[in-house]
Amino acid sequence: MIETHALVKRFDSFLAVDGVSLAVGPGQVLALLGPNGAGKTTTVRMLTSILKPTAGWARVAGHDVVAEPDGVRRSVGVLTEHHGLYFRMRAAEYLDFFGELYGLAAPLRRARAAALIERFGMGEALTKRLGEYSKGMRQKLALIRAMLHDPPVLLLDEPTSAMDPQSARLVRDAIAQLRSEQRAIILCTHNLTEAEELADQIAIIRRGTIVARGAPAALKRELLGPALLELRAAGSLDGVAAGLADLVEITAAGPDWLRYRTDEPARVNPLVLARLAERQVAVVTLAEITRSLEEVYLQVVQAQDER
Amino acid sequence: MTLLETRRLLGRALIITRREVSDQLRDWRLIAPVVLLTLFFPLLMNFTAGQILDFVGQFGADIVGERLVPFLLMVVGFFPISVSLVIALESFVGEKERHSLEPLLSSPLTDTELYLGKMLAATLPPLLSSYLGILVYLVGLALTIQWYAEPVLLAQIVALTTVQALVMVAGAVVVSTQTTSVRAANLLASFIVIPFALMVQGESVIMFWGRYDVLWWALIGLLLILFVLVRMGVQLFNREELLGRDIDELNLRGAARTVAAAFVGAGRGHGLAGWYRRELWPTAGRLRAPIGVVGLALLAALVFGYTQAAVYPLPLLAGEFRLMQGFSERLAEFGFMSPAGAAWVFLTNLRALGLASALGAFSWGVLAIGLLMAPLGLVGFFCGQVALIGVNPVLFFIAFVLPHGVLEIPAALLAGGATLRLGTSIIAPPPGKTLGESWLLALADWAKIAAGLVVPLLLAAAVLEAFVTPRVAALIFGG
Repeated sequence: MIETHALVKRFDSFLAVDGVSLAVGPGQVLALLGPNGAGKTTTVRMLTSILKPTAGWARVAGHDVVAEPDGVRRSVGVLTEHHGLYFRMRAAEYLDFFGELYGLAAPLRRARAAALIERFGMGEALTKRLGEYSKGMRQKLALIRAMLHDPPVLLLDEPTSAMDPQSARLVRDAIAQLRSEQRAIILCTHNLTEAEELADQIAIIRRGTIVARGAPAALKRELLGPALLELRAAGSLDGVAAGLADLVEITAAGPDWLRYRTDEPARVNPLVLARLAERQVAVVTLAEITRSLEEVYLQVVQAQDER
Repeated sequence: MTLLETRRLLGRALIITRREVSDQLRDWRLIAPVVLLTLFFPLLMNFTAGQILDFVGQFGADIVGERLVPFLLMVVGFFPISVSLVIALESFVGEKERHSLEPLLSSPLTDTELYLGKMLAATLPPLLSSYLGILVYLVGLALTIQWYAEPVLLAQIVALTTVQALVMVAGAVVVSTQTTSVRAANLLASFIVIPFALMVQGESVIMFWGRYDVLWWALIGLLLILFVLVRMGVQLFNREELLGRDIDELNLRGAARTVAAAFVGAGRGHGLAGWYRRELWPTAGRLRAPIGVVGLALLAALVFGYTQAAVYPLPLLAGEFRLMQGFSERLAEFGFMSPAGAAWVFLTNLRALGLASALGAFSWGVLAIGLLMAPLGLVGFFCGQVALIGVNPVLFFIAFVLPHGVLEIPAALLAGGATLRLGTSIIAPPPGKTLGESWLLALADWAKIAAGLVVPLLLAAAVLEAFVTPRVAALIFGG
């Protein structure tokens, strides 16, 4: 659905995007993470045929972004970084305007607008002018605008920014549903929890270059090392840790707890438990320590900064 | 483009127009002045016209009143369309500032549809209010002083008002696409406001002069400007330019670097002769077309001047064209036939070409060509004058112009061609170049031509004009 190869965008002497290659299939969400100015928006603008790549190529829903801009724009729903609403209009009028721009017949665009407005719980706001909307409502309406023409590809820039938790949940659920409808989605976000929840793939972009890419779990394993487990015992673990050294790498230990890493928890954990049982140590819990995407992100960005 | 495609283009452009017009109608800051200028102002003009007619009638100066009433008709039509400037200036850059442009650019609208939609949105409401204002004024005149406009005059005023609105909007849209803030667009609007102020003053002179037929020429001129501005707008309007630039940075150092690099060009490291061969000759070759245009314009000026001699004959005696006795000696005494004289000629010519280039750079080259045509027109005029008294005009040309003109005219052609390119470079930048880049590269071409050819040619021509031309003239015509 979305495929880019060695995409480059240069503005005079400034290299905004440098060799970005991505692939997002139907029913997949790619979270594009990166600091401000890293090249996320420029990449999205190339994928909507607003900016022409300096080098490389990109295809969106089967259309080349340079040769077939019309096809690209008809296939893409874009939620821009700023909602960009017309404040003197009302929601129905606004959606009707965009529906017409996308060539939807009047009955169809009205039906779609009504369905989406209901889905996002915005029925009560219909009579208000958009200038009277809260930030979250504006964001929701902008998302509805992006979905109005039922595009197979969605490019969403900060879709839940400025939203209250309830609205943000609504939008995340909507994105999950859009994914289940086999749409390809690129999600630019600074909300790493959201990215972790929604994304099948993560791409971290830094100074125009993709510096890390992969499934969230794979990225964690690759960048943060093997799974980290914590074991808590009912009694003292004095002298026990040394007896496990041949099985696992102990990273930390206390009187009645220890942490260890292993590449093969499924094989190693039963062996650890068996050995503790031999020594008559009662185990209270054994659990993997959750490692956040934030740690991965910070590690990648810091490593790049140090370079 | 087929009829169906045109309908489709217009239909999609009108989606934008409808939205923008309905937005304008909700903004009292736009509506209030339009209503005021449409309804109140024409009535005020009715009253004014009536009062002035009564007043000047007391002194038998009826002609003032006769000229004033049509003039006010033009003013009544012009005032509401001035609002279109504000709307058009805001059209792209305002949306960019409010971040509503990107969703539009992400939609399947083509650049032309968007451009046309915006143009119509900025033009139609003020224009309609202008027509309404004219109607109110005419009805008022009919009811109060029983004055009825000549159909031709009315057609001229309506046509002028329409084209003026379109020119203003086309110019403002160009400004709006090239700026990154409404503030910057408003500042640059003086490039539209000042020429328009001058133009309205010119039209006022025509109206009081009573030569309404001249208004057709003004209309033709405006249509040409409109064509250039629309071409510029369509060429410059593209999504990348609209969103790709965030800051209007005045980077003089960067601009100087660009010009310097283009100036040296392929001649870098090859010495002066290499620069002439590798860079200057190809540049001059690229300027063939504008040089040709300037050549034709100068030839037209020469012919026009020649034909005007019969219209405005000077009191010369038939067959008696001779230079005064001691012509060369007097010139020598005066100091003309000296290095100082040559320097004076050189500096005068240099100043004239410099002025032409400066004016041409900001007038699409038009003023430069006009300025260069003037001396050739005079030469033609004097050739015509001597021809009227039986002197061979070719001989006159050979005596007074050719000795130095053989270098000076090519210098004028080269400078004029480079200036025309410089002035028109902003109309249609080459693919992949911004308006600024295109202008800077044309400036580098102009500088190459000026430094490498025009200045040396003018220097040599000045020497010839000071030392050779007077002698040749004296040889042929005595003295």
